[in-house]
Amino acid sequence: MTECPECGATINLPPGTEVGEIITCPDCGVELEVVSLNPPSLELAPQVEEDWGE
Amino acid sequence: MKIGVLTSRIRVEEKLLFQALEKAGLDYERIDVESIPFLLDSKAFASFDAVLIRCVSHTQAFYASRVLESQGVKVINSHHVINVCGDKLLTSLALLEHGVPTLHTIVAFSPETALQSIEAMGYPVVLKPLHGSWGRLLAKVNDRDSAEAILEHKKTLGGYAHSVFYIQEYVEKPGRDIRAFVVGGETIAAIYRNSSHWITNTARGAKASFCPITPELDHIAKAAAEAVGGGILAVDIFETPEGRLVVSEVNHTPEFRNSIEPTGVDIPAKMVDYVKKVAGGEI
Repeated sequence: MTECPECGATINLPPGTEVGEIITCPDCGVELEVVSLNPPSLELAPQVEEDWGE
Repeated sequence: MKIGVLTSRIRVEEKLLFQALEKAGLDYERIDVESIPFLLDSKAFASFDAVLIRCVSHTQAFYASRVLESQGVKVINSHHVINVCGDKLLTSLALLEHGVPTLHTIVAFSPETALQSIEAMGYPVVLKPLHGSWGRLLAKVNDRDSAEAILEHKKTLGGYAHSVFYIQEYVEKPGRDIRAFVVGGETIAAIYRNSSHWITNTARGAKASFCPITPELDHIAKAAAEAVGGGILAVDIFETPEGRLVVSEVNHTPEFRNSIEPTGVDIPAKMVDYVKKVAGGEI
């Protein structure tokens, strides 16, 4: 269990979550990056860069 | 056998690939491209039999793949493939040089020449950045006023790469385009990307549906994949009003989350099977 750094909502990371995964805060909708699992920690996700893609 | 998966951000696709690697019983290690230094004169990655490149950043994939190859590591996709697919101009040239039907394209190196080229090609045309994905920064240019404005904006606001003007014929699509997945020279699945918008990327809201792999589609998808160097690829194909298939672009780190259900193909398993064969020296 951790907190959204934007709105402070409590967030439970579901099983199978990976470091580096982007999740959405269920309360404020901001995109968050999982920076660690143990302990769980979230940061605001980076904006999409110009060279991102497939 | 030890497989590496080079990543930065983890998308649904990477999670599905991790699951497929586990299901295949393969020993794999996730390598976070941003958290480790790459010593150019070392063999730090030599213990990997193959490394699958899944960086969301083209620049990271471009350079990291080259470093790994310098250490003798088999990389999927190769640095060459990433280079060609990550640059629309290089992709167009590879397709043309291999006789693969593609879109009529002009490259200009100044706004003035770009405008002349657009006028000569006839409206509408599509202006694309050389780099980028997900349909970002594409511009459909309908008339001279739009052309002048967009060219000025690109020259003034864009980086130096935006001063290379990549001008392509506009194809009136039938409300969809085709994405074909080619893995190890085999067309494993294809989807229609349906949208009422002229940009038909699923990242922009297009809906995926099943597309049959006809002999014609199979042929052009394989030819495009081979033209850029082969590996794990997604080939984007347009159907012209005359009924021809033409290749628009080829993607080197395909996203496939929306393509598994409509095709019924276990795309990550197919990709992992290919990686396993490369790592084992079968390919």
